[in-house]
Amino acid sequence: MSVVRETLLPPAPPPRRTGGALGWLRQNLFSGPGNTLTTLAILAALALLLPPVVRFLVTDAVWSGASGEACRPEVAGRPVGACWAFIGAKINYLVYGSYPAAERWRPNLFFALVAASAAWMLWLDAPRRGLGALFVFLAGPVLSYGLLSGSSVLGLVPVATSLWGGMLVTLVVSLVGIVAALPLGILLALGRRSDLPILRYACIGFIEFWRGVPLITVLFMANVMLPLFLPGDITVDRLVRPLVGIALFASAYMAEVVRGGLQAIPEGQGRAALALGLTRAQAMRLIVLPQALKVVVPGIVNTLIGLFKDTTLVSIVGIADFIRVLEAARADPRWSAPTIPATAYAFAALFYLAFCFSMARYAGFVERRLAAGERGRS
Amino acid sequence: MPRPTRALALQTLLALALAALAYGAFANASDKLARQGIVAGFGFLGRAAGFDISQRLIPYAAATSTYLDAFCVGLLNTLLVSGLAIVLASAIGFVVGIARLSPNWLARTLAATYVEALRNLPLLLQLLVWYVAVRVALPEARDPAAWGGAYLSQRGLVLPRPEFLGAAWLVPLAFATGLLGAFAWGRHVTRRVAAGGEPGPVLLPGLALGLGLPALASAGLALAGRPVAFAWPVPGPYGPEGGLPVLPEFAALLLGLSTYTAAFIAEIVRAGLASVARGQGEAAAALGLSRARTLRLVTIPQAMRVIVPPLTSQYLNITKNSSLAVLIGYPDLVHVVMGTVLNQTNQAVEVVGLTMAVYLTLSLGLAALMNAYNRRVAPVTR
Repeated sequence: MSVVRETLLPPAPPPRRTGGALGWLRQNLFSGPGNTLTTLAILAALALLLPPVVRFLVTDAVWSGASGEACRPEVAGRPVGACWAFIGAKINYLVYGSYPAAERWRPNLFFALVAASAAWMLWLDAPRRGLGALFVFLAGPVLSYGLLSGSSVLGLVPVATSLWGGMLVTLVVSLVGIVAALPLGILLALGRRSDLPILRYACIGFIEFWRGVPLITVLFMANVMLPLFLPGDITVDRLVRPLVGIALFASAYMAEVVRGGLQAIPEGQGRAALALGLTRAQAMRLIVLPQALKVVVPGIVNTLIGLFKDTTLVSIVGIADFIRVLEAARADPRWSAPTIPATAYAFAALFYLAFCFSMARYAGFVERRLAAGERGRS
Repeated sequence: MPRPTRALALQTLLALALAALAYGAFANASDKLARQGIVAGFGFLGRAAGFDISQRLIPYAAATSTYLDAFCVGLLNTLLVSGLAIVLASAIGFVVGIARLSPNWLARTLAATYVEALRNLPLLLQLLVWYVAVRVALPEARDPAAWGGAYLSQRGLVLPRPEFLGAAWLVPLAFATGLLGAFAWGRHVTRRVAAGGEPGPVLLPGLALGLGLPALASAGLALAGRPVAFAWPVPGPYGPEGGLPVLPEFAALLLGLSTYTAAFIAEIVRAGLASVARGQGEAAAALGLSRARTLRLVTIPQAMRVIVPPLTSQYLNITKNSSLAVLIGYPDLVHVVMGTVLNQTNQAVEVVGLTMAVYLTLSLGLAALMNAYNRRVAPVTR
């Protein structure tokens, strides 16, 4: 082959200094002509793109004002960037939707409850995590439902779900999704690995069906077909219909994540448990499942991120989630100004980025921790 | 109870429960539909649709076309936007994924920022940004931006439309022949190398065949006095007229889908490249191959085995996510069938069933195709 050299190369000069700031620059940005060219091209592009973004978000932004007038360039007398005054004026609507102002302590209490239980679940060394799981999956949902929708028995003013909105609904939809999907997903994953053929094929069919169709068709289906399938004149709450769809959809994805975890546990674990005299159910519950669930924590968090992003789709079927409320606020004629759409979307982007990015970081942290544990064991 | 008996009893119980559930749902649904006076069955597909669709790849007219025609138009629109988005997302994804492993710190960081930002924002929000915020920033239709015969405005992009009249069909034919020729040449060189022969250039002859033949054909036609005609758009009082209009809904959906999925593809590509043993790249460098050739000849072919399976599911995701078209009003399958047709006919069970069957067929079909490919490239274990 022609790539083999036939003559000796002249000796290379000694390597250049690699330490220090200059050495780092030389190694990472200017190591050769191509590299230098790339660096310069990227720097030029950044110099072109970054200043307008900073001007829009910070320098030219309008921070206070009573109406859209303040954000009109001809009124302000200068180029106008983001209209943060709009977000400030609408923030209560964006967080609670049309939830009655006098009752907003209830969503606030709900947010606190969610934050506390999330911390309990996500802190891997927290005390009594089993009790926490029991609370999150059984007591928590009941308590939250009573708190948010209220009833005369509890002494709380009833608030119809049609009044809920904004970040509150986004949070409710994601939480119902995860709280329903995790147990259902575990059952489906176990069913898919069962050696009873009818059970196995039923689970495979269920999982592959939901994974094969887009979520938006599931939501449409829940909207028009759920009422059809139920007997008599039972009507399903407008908010509950998409929740059922999301829960079933998410459980199929969760089942595949859990199945991955079950497959990662060596078969010897289950056999050893059986040899010690445990029943098959005990072996699964006490030996295999705890280890499998520990392995799939990153996968579960990633599914949760996907679910959180997917909740935006409920706005298409008429649920007042954060996006729909944002669009409604944007259409307010009192706040019509050229940069209102961009402001609204920048705010929404920050909201979703904050949640999803931190969850992704958490998943990465657990993954590294698990990998470190594996290294320590072998 | 002995185990086999218990298993049998359990399964019988399960089958009975599922059957009862299905029967109950069916009975309730047919009871309610009968009360609403809706005739079950797919007979409605033959009735006149009576609504217009803004983008159609096959002849369609509101007055004469049936619901079945509308269904086909929607399906083709879904396939069009998904197919183009798959190509575009793969291109962006591979570039960003390779950039994430670049020796250049700036390129690496920029690619990582792209991935983290696009991956962690809902696709729906990104579509709104493309469709609303970006469109507001474009010039108005009365005063569009023009580039060499194409016009860009808030009402979309208008391109010159090639008119395949007379002998002009020779150009696409030449293009197809060129592509086939390039493919055959690539296979020939691969076979020759595998048989111990000399490696030869593939990319340049391939490009020459694929682009040169149609260029030659159009030059020949022009010399013969019958050049390929273009329908050029002309600026009118309300916007550009004529030409090939690209709907803003289509453009927003295509860009949003491609850039969003590219972030996921980039991560897949990065993981695939990282899975190739370091020694492979180092050995290639020691043999005197440049970084680009190392990537193209040594690293990427081996990485493809790891990349293909997750890439398949991303392609499926593109197809499924294209249903978000309903948000911005691009007439895809869901928008046409689950939106308009469902509202007009109220045939909920049939419409939902039909739409889901299409997506399931696409999903399972593409999965089967990719599994076949996967078996071919799977590493041979000895």
